[in-house]
Amino acid sequence: MAEEMRIVLRNYGKIDPLNIDEYINAGGYKSLEKARAMSQPELIEEVKNSGLRGRGGAGFNCGQKWSFSYGIDSEQKFVVCNADEGEPGTYKDRIIMENDPQSLLEGMAICGYAIGSDKGYIYCRGEYPYVVEILNKAISQAKEKGVLKDFDIEVRMGAGAYVCGEESALIESIEGKRGEPRYKPPFPPVSGLWGKPTIVNNVETFANLPVILEKGAEWYAGIGAPAYPGTKVMTLTGDINNRIFIEVPTDTTIRQVIYGFGGGIAGGKKFKAVQIGGTSGGFIPEALLDTQIDFNSMAAIGATLGSGAVFVMDETRDIVDVIEKVTKFFEHESCGKCTPCREGTKRMHEMLKHFKAGQGNAKEMGRLKKLGAVMSVACLCGLGQAAPAPVLTTLEHFQADYFNKFC
Amino acid sequence: MSDFKTIINAYKDKPGGIIEAYHALQREYNYIPEDAIRVAAETFRVSPAQAYGVATFYSYLKVGPRGRYIIRICESAPCHVAGAAEVVSALESQLGIKMGETTADSKFTLEFAECVGQCQGTPVITINSTPYVGVSAQTIPEILQGCR
Ligand SMILES: Cc1cc2nc3c(=O)[nH]c(=O)nc-3n(C[C@H](O)[C@H](O)[C@H](O)COP(=O)(O)O)c2cc1C
Ligand code: SF4
Ligand code: FES
Repeated sequence: MAEEMRIVLRNYGKIDPLNIDEYINAGGYKSLEKARAMSQPELIEEVKNSGLRGRGGAGFNCGQKWSFSYGIDSEQKFVVCNADEGEPGTYKDRIIMENDPQSLLEGMAICGYAIGSDKGYIYCRGEYPYVVEILNKAISQAKEKGVLKDFDIEVRMGAGAYVCGEESALIESIEGKRGEPRYKPPFPPVSGLWGKPTIVNNVETFANLPVILEKGAEWYAGIGAPAYPGTKVMTLTGDINNRIFIEVPTDTTIRQVIYGFGGGIAGGKKFKAVQIGGTSGGFIPEALLDTQIDFNSMAAIGATLGSGAVFVMDETRDIVDVIEKVTKFFEHESCGKCTPCREGTKRMHEMLKHFKAGQGNAKEMGRLKKLGAVMSVACLCGLGQAAPAPVLTTLEHFQADYFNKFC
Repeated sequence: MSDFKTIINAYKDKPGGIIEAYHALQREYNYIPEDAIRVAAETFRVSPAQAYGVATFYSYLKVGPRGRYIIRICESAPCHVAGAAEVVSALESQLGIKMGETTADSKFTLEFAECVGQCQGTPVITINSTPYVGVSAQTIPEILQGCR
């Protein structure tokens, strides 16, 4: 059986998260020292060569992103940690922050040195006030020890808007505004928080950095799938025996995740579908379970790795019933800034309500497909662009469930 | 009024601190009093419309009164398939109110929420931000009893 590999969760259960000495005794903050002994371009090159790509969903090469901000001459730059974690079925960033907050702070400080920034923000979702407390304690311990040197980190709290996970909306929210995404370009690494160069990275991305610095880019690049190396923390939910979190190399297959780590389908029932990456992820049928979880392999089957949420449904589940909830989510979370999404998510939910009530028909199914296709290209931000994915993939792989709802 | 001012003023030097100030108000009152919005607007030098716009954009913030115990029920897909609807019915019938409403004694408010990040124990509810995992119609009475 495939095995777990704990990189970002290396200290899970081994150290007291609220005692910085234990983190330091476990080798903590050596990587930051090592980074600071390198030149900035050397450091950025090392991170680039490790192949580390963003764990927040978009999968952008981390070192490459940093190089954009490094290359800009500005008296102020910012490092922002995206801890908004709003994707349903996901709680991996919480696990990291609750169990090893210093590892996140160290990763942010490494980024700060690389791009030339002395100020970091952690944008933590409003649903995690207890995590905010942990982070604040960890920051004050790090300041007391002087390990962060002149790099300051402040925690800001989100307030229950899924769209604020989108990096430009998140920036608007830190600025104290409504969390509406910005028009791009310019992208945040060039012009972000208060118009200054800003690197936004996910919690899991930052938590990888101390280990990459410690063991080297080459070591990291050799783990998992070459195009998206390293590990991924996955959270297993739904009709699965083991509702747990795991950290596995990225060449692990979906089948290994569900049947190996997850222990298979609960109650001895048969598998029907799995949605990976959160609510905006595609639905995957049995025939595609041997796909590797890495970013590129998932994209190749029209799905996503996204946040790493793994939501399993057994044979008794009605896909239309689940999709109705999914479309309700997007109607609720659309920020309303652009028409295709504001109107489109509402209409999609409306149509799904029809289907759920047994009032579907072929014509409406066609409209649903067309609307989905338009939204995925016409919406301003990733929320509206990804919202149709669950609908379109179920129309492709689970048509029978829709036919069952024809009047 | 002076109370709002003290709470809000603590954040006035934080750039973009208005949302932090709203959180602090909610920690005190469980909601954002209407009058506090005007004070926040003045303090952070934005128009009242902008201050109101921010307060109403976020689902975690609520302008105007609600109960002492805010019960939020996650209805995202993983909680939905785990039986969130039964939890909703149990809460509604035991409190005698519908989702979105507050009990006459201002003790409880029921709200829908999307995923609150405790999906290892679906279905999930939170009461004043404290998560309760693996809840069911059977465990609701005991949980409600704990709210005094
Ligand atoms: C609607 C929407 C929600 C998002 N939510 C999150 C989130 O909760 N956490 C996160 O890290 N990234 C989220 N992202 C992705 C961010 O925009 C951004 O790509 C990411 O934070 C970059 O960090 P990374 O390169 O380390 O992944 C979201 C994107 C969209 C469009
Ligand atoms: S796609 Fe949706 S969430 Fe994104 S900007 Fe447009 S309305 Fe807002
Ligand atoms: S899906 Fe309900 S808490 Fe995450």
